[in-house]
Parts: sequence; structure tokens; C-alpha cells
Amino acid sequence: MIRLSWSSRQQARLWHSGMLLAGLAVLAPVLSLLVLAVQGSPGHWTHLLDHVLPHAFVQTVILLAGVGVLSAALGVGGAWLVTAYDFPGRTTLSWALMLPLAVPTYIVAYAYLDILHPIGPVQGAVRWVLGYDSPRDFRLPDLRNLPGAILLMGFVLYPYVYLTTRSMFATQAASLIEASRLLGHGPRSTFFRVVLPLARPALAVGLSLVLLETLNDIGASEFLGIQTLTVSVYTTWISRSDLAGAAQIALLMLCLVIALIAAERQGRRRLRYSAGRRAHPLQPRPLHGAAAWLAALLAAAPIVVGFLVPAAYLLEQTVGRLLQEGPPSAQLLHAGLNTVGISLVAMLITLFLGLVVAWSAHIMVRPQPWQRALPRLATLGYALPGTVLAIGLLFPVTAMDHGLAWLRDHLGLESMRLVLMGSPLVLAVAYAIRFLTISVGSIEAGLMRVAPSMEQAARLLNETLNGTLRRVHLPLLKPALATAALLVFVDSMKELSATLLLRPMNFETLATWLYGEAARGTYEEGAIAALGIVLAGLVPLIALARLQQQTHHGHHA
Amino acid sequence: MSLFCASLLQRLRPLGGLSIGLTLLAASGAMAAEVNLYTTREPRLIQPLLDAFTQDTGVEVNTVFVKDGLYERVRAEGGQSPADVLMTVDIGNLLDLVDGGVTQAIRSETLDAAIPAHLRGEDGHWYTLSLRDRVAYVAKDLDVGALHYEEVADPQRRGKVCIRSGQHPYNTALIAAFIAHNGLEATEAWLRGVKANLGRPATGGDRDVARDILGGLCDIGIANAYYVGRMKNAEPGTDAYRWGEAIDVVRPTFKASGGTHVNISGAAVARHAPHPEQAVQLLEYLVSDEAQSLYARANYEYPVKAGVALDPVVASFGVLQVDTLPLTEIARHRKQASELVDKVGLNQ
Repeated sequence: MIRLSWSSRQQARLWHSGMLLAGLAVLAPVLSLLVLAVQGSPGHWTHLLDHVLPHAFVQTVILLAGVGVLSAALGVGGAWLVTAYDFPGRTTLSWALMLPLAVPTYIVAYAYLDILHPIGPVQGAVRWVLGYDSPRDFRLPDLRNLPGAILLMGFVLYPYVYLTTRSMFATQAASLIEASRLLGHGPRSTFFRVVLPLARPALAVGLSLVLLETLNDIGASEFLGIQTLTVSVYTTWISRSDLAGAAQIALLMLCLVIALIAAERQGRRRLRYSAGRRAHPLQPRPLHGAAAWLAALLAAAPIVVGFLVPAAYLLEQTVGRLLQEGPPSAQLLHAGLNTVGISLVAMLITLFLGLVVAWSAHIMVRPQPWQRALPRLATLGYALPGTVLAIGLLFPVTAMDHGLAWLRDHLGLESMRLVLMGSPLVLAVAYAIRFLTISVGSIEAGLMRVAPSMEQAARLLNETLNGTLRRVHLPLLKPALATAALLVFVDSMKELSATLLLRPMNFETLATWLYGEAARGTYEEGAIAALGIVLAGLVPLIALARLQQQTHHGHHA
Repeated sequence: MSLFCASLLQRLRPLGGLSIGLTLLAASGAMAAEVNLYTTREPRLIQPLLDAFTQDTGVEVNTVFVKDGLYERVRAEGGQSPADVLMTVDIGNLLDLVDGGVTQAIRSETLDAAIPAHLRGEDGHWYTLSLRDRVAYVAKDLDVGALHYEEVADPQRRGKVCIRSGQHPYNTALIAAFIAHNGLEATEAWLRGVKANLGRPATGGDRDVARDILGGLCDIGIANAYYVGRMKNAEPGTDAYRWGEAIDVVRPTFKASGGTHVNISGAAVARHAPHPEQAVQLLEYLVSDEAQSLYARANYEYPVKAGVALDPVVASFGVLQVDTLPLTEIARHRKQASELVDKVGLNQ
């Protein structure tokens, strides 16, 4: 262990205080929910246990299991195909597999319901082929059920798994996979005995994002008629005006989530995943003939289902709208600018906080168990449904406002109304609290890949902590930061629930605009806004893809 | 990526700074005449009314559309809240605001003259702005004649009924009215019958009922009447128009009262309203003949003020015989209704 210099110790103290502050920001909404929950009476639990929770629990577990298996299969499968094999279109497919990230789940659900509806184009064609006149005579099964929800969410959410596992395969697995090949293991045996176990930490990160997103989804679940635990939180709050009761259920769910995540981490605590000293990218094995086309087809399928079909649907609807009504209104364009602006601010805050938390944890000398647990707090924001998090934020934010007002009164300044509540800045901070786990997770994984020897060398050369971060880690963290930036930006653009509750007056984002159209029962007019969300998400996706290709080429050189 | 962000940020910096600055200014509130509207109603639905109000009075309307948690936000903002007018749909939601203490009593002869006494709070804490009758959408080729809500549960309709989530306020209010008329036990049996009759899960929106009738998933469904005004008045050739054309509207009645279930949209003046005069001014405008007729023509909702002309499509549904049950009775049974939906598993 190299002793830290005095200035480094000062710097470390600053980083640690930053982490504590970030931790408090994330804890604040949970604590205010706790205060709400204990104010409620336990009276409604008899009803919930008798009539709601058993069914909701089973539905939620089946939904999570289904979406988990499907998204893991698609994500890991896709990542493995494009890293281990070479086939026609591989380069394009390797970034296109991220595309479904750009489409919110509730839009995909709406698009597919319309396309596959008895009066939609698909069933119409089927009836025409089979010679039926009316949907009353012949119908295919409806999409609005549990299997339908599993399929839709699996195909939309798999890119989280794809993104995390692919970078793992690309940089770490090569020598072990080559060893396995040399030892005579076939592709299947190599995949199941080497690749999959190696991918476990990356899979855990990606899959936990998928599962939390599924668990906390309200739009698509309600739309498809699935009674999940989150739906029962809403019902308790909205239909029975029992916010305290809703907070009780939400916190109980949160405990379950934390327990599951902790169990998974505990399970691989004694496993080590550091890169070998000669980490180098895997040489993809060229495929020929039918095998090559089959690989291309397999890699393309998730993109078609998760992105191309819904995007084509939105495009068709938008063109129809534009032809009928002329160009979109100035308000919609303004909503688009709001969306991009606030998502960028949220992205910067989230990256900064993520760096503070991850770096502070990284430089801790002999941390206590509770200090080691601090970065895990970042998960809290993502582990709650968006609206519930927003409700939890209402009270701390307005409390600060009331404090400011008190201060102004005592300083004899002009009295003002709310400063923080209803400001775009607080909305961006809310996004940051929600998505902090993404940046912390990415940056932590990136830091683990930096060889300790480089850090020790920098310290031996008398670099301070901040100097090491700036000159050694940050350049190496570029891919991790870029991935986190993309995910946070795209997720911020799609965010709806917290925005609806916390936004400023006269402030629309594309998502709230779309929701407004939906609330009026004119979904089809929201197509333009929906397409806007998708298009604005494509730009950073493509930028990230280009960055990654550059890095890969760099490795090859 | 970082370069891209930097350049984009540079371009957006003036804009971002401007909008944050503007909000800070707006929060200080020392500007021209304005009124701040917190609404759970989608603002573009009422935008024509608000524009006409601004034109008439010169008072600017700032809106924030909050979906869930309007009450929680206003309560948390407390004495500093910029909210002047709180607008929402469903009597239960409206009374939650009143009972939660975030509204204030106002006196206005204009409001009292325009709104019948049973459609406003005795103490001036809440006012109805429009009525929304919950009706039956019926497949064009099906002749049901007169219909009672009770008959939706008839076993002969097995697999032929569509309805949105039983926990949606439109449905909990209807079920609450059913409880008030027929008692808990009869309502439970009715809901079990409705559940057995469902042609697809109880989900989606009210317009999906029309769409699914066209798709052959059901023949009859329960939904709000004004959606039909929107669908049948849509541009021919659009999906909405096709759905609207697939159905007729029948106004069911309760056997006990002979009236059709009606819910409301309404508003209240916020307890700490910084512009109470403009708030009352806005409410008074919303019940003027001009605004009420805009409600009827632009939203296809039923005017709360008597004698205002209806949209032709809405007029074609015939006379609306409003259920005599007091609105407060509906709000009182809402929790029971919601629990009954869980108990019979209507949404499962």
C-alpha cells in the first residue's frame, strides 16, 4: 500500500463528502416515503392479503422470470454472435442491436396492439388468405395478457443486457475462450462452460436494469391488463386515496429488491473476474454459407421485433398525420428542445454524481462494511416506480423551499414563491437520482478494468489522487462513461411519471406531450412526439456505436 | 461522444439558461395579470377555452398538467404554492382536494346562478364545470332497446362485454353508484356477472371499447359518452372515425332510479392562491354561455349550465336523465367499490 500524500488525503476527503451528499440525495425520497408509510394504518393489509397480493405476486414473478429469461437470451445471444463470429452485416448489426433502447415500452405496446388487432393489417391479411370476411368469424389470440407482456418487454429491454455483456466479451474473454477452443471444446460447450460464467457480473448488471424496469413499469402493464405489484401500489394510492398504504407496499417491494440484489452480489463475492494481463479482443471466427446467413438472421430478429416494426409503424402514422394536418406545431418543437435540453443536463449531473460515488468508493482505504455498502444506495432511485420516487421527492424539495423562504424573510429580502419546486433543475436532479445506478454501475465496472499496476505507477511518480484520476483513469474510462451517458440520456428522454408530477408550469417534454395525447384518447396524434423520442435517441446511439468501433479498431491496430 | 455533447450543449446553452431563468422569474410572480392552473385534465383539451379567456380578460393562464399526485404536490408546496385554480375530473378526486384542505371557499353569484346546487359544494369549496355520462357502446347490428346497468351482467352476454380497468375512477364511480342503489351484495354479484361476460381483459381506454366492438371481441361495452362525439366527428377515413361508426350509444339507467350515471369535471380555488381574483374570474368564465358551449362543441361533454346547445352527435343520443343520487354518495362508496373490484378479481 502506498501512503497517500497530504494533498491526496485532502482530495480523498472531498470525494468522500461528495459521496455522502449523493447518498443523502438518494436516501431523502426513501426516508420521506418511510415517514408517509408509518403514518398509515395497517388496516388495508387484510384486504390486500386476501384479494390482491397473492395474485399480483404470482403475476409479477412470472412476468419478471419471463422477461428476464427472454432478455438474457436475446442480449447474451446477440452479444456472443457479433463478438465470436463474423458474418454478413455483423458490423451494422452489432450497433443496431442497441436500437430498441430508443423506444419506450409503452409505445411499443401501443404499436403492437394496433398492428396485431383483429382490425389491424396482420389479422386482415390472415383473414384474406384464409377467406374469412369478418373478425367475428376468425381471430388470432389477443396480445393483452401475460405472455404478450413478456414478449414485448423482453424484446424492448434486452439491449441493457446486450450492452453490458458485449463489452465484457469484447475485452475480457478472449484468452479463456481461445484456450477453451484449443482444448477441443465445441462452440456450445465453450459458450455454456466458459462464456456464460464469465459474463455473470455483466449479465447481473444488465439484467438488474431490465428487471427493475419491468417491475416498476406501469404504462405497458396497465395497457396490457397485467396486475403487477406496482399496479396494486397505484390502485391503493389512486383508487382508494391511501397514499400511506401505497408507500407501505412500495417500501416492502423495495426491501425485496434490495434483498435479491444483495443475494446475487453475495453469491459471486468470492469469484474474481479481473482481466488477465494480456487481455486482448477476441478474433471473430468467420462463418460461411448457411451458417453465416442463419447467424445474420438470428442477430437481426430482435432488431426487427424490438425496433423496426414499431418505428415503421410510428413513421407511417406520422406521415399520415403530416399529410393531413401539415407541419407539427411550434409547441411540439419546443417540447422537443425541452426534452433534449433537460436530458442533457440530467445526463451531466448523473455522470458527475456517478463518478463521485464510484471514484470515492474506489479510493477508500480499508473501508468499513457500511462504507462499502454506500455505492449500492445508488440503486434505490431505480428500484422504485417513477411516480413513487417523485412523491418521495416532493417533501424534501419543498422543505428546502420553505427553508429558503424562511431565510429570505429573516434577511429582509423580497419574499418569493417556490424556487426549487417546479424548476427544470429539480426535474433534472430527479432524473439523476433515478438513473444514478446506471452511471455508478458503468463507472465501477470501468474502474475494475484498470490494471492496479498503472495506478501504482502513477502514485509512485508522485501523482496526487486527482492527477491519477485525470491522467490515468478518465482516459481509460471513456467507453464506460460514454455507455452511461447514452443510457442516462435515452432513459431521461423516455421518463414520464416523475416528469408529470415535478415539472414546471407550461413545460412539456415529448413524453408528456405523447401522454397528453393518450389522455385525450388521441394516441395517433402522439405519433409525431413518439417518433421524436425515437429519433432523438438514435443520435447518441449512433455516436456511441462509432466511438466503440474506433476503440475496437484501435485494439486491432 | 464528448465532442458531440459539448457542441450540442454549446448550442443549447442560451436556451437552457433562458428557460431556467424564465422559471425563476415566473416563480417570483411580479408580472402582468395571470392565473396559475394545476390540472389533471390534459390542457390542450381545454386550451381553446383558456385562449378565449385570455382574449376576453387579458389574464394569462399558466398551466401544469399533473396526472397523479395533484393533491400531494399542492399540499407539499404549502403556503408558497403558486397554484390558483385546481381542476380535475371525478367527484372523488375533487372531494379529496377539499377534504385534504388545499382548497378555499369562495362566493360568487355568477357561479351559484349557473351551477345547480347539487353540483357544487355548499360551502363554495368546489364547482362542477361539465357532466360526463357513462353509457353503453353497442355494436351497430345489435338492437338492445332500453338498457339497465344491471343487465350488463346477464349470462346471455357471456364473452361479449368490454370495459376498461375496474380501478379506473370512471368505473369505481359507477360501481360506487351501483352500491349506493343496490347494496354491497348485489353489486358483488353484478361484478361477478360482468367479469364472466368479459370478451377481453378489463384494460385499455374507453375508445378501445369501440375499437374492440369493431374487431368482434365484444358487442357491448361501458364507456363515457364524449369519446363518441370525438370519434364520430373525426375525419372520415381515420381509425377513430371507423371505430365511432361501428357503434351506437345507449344510455343505460339504474333500475332503482331510472337515471343514467354521471360523473363530473370540476374545479376549486387553491387555499393559498396568489391570484384569488383571477381564479374566481376564470371559474366564472368557464360557466359562461360561451365557454359552456365550447365545452359542448370542442369536448362533447355535457354542459353543467342549462339551456346551452349540444353538439349534434351528442344530441342524437337523446335526453339525458341524470341519476338523482347525490354526488357525495358516490364519493362515499368509492373505497368499497375499489375493494370490490379486487375481491371479484375483475381485472385479473
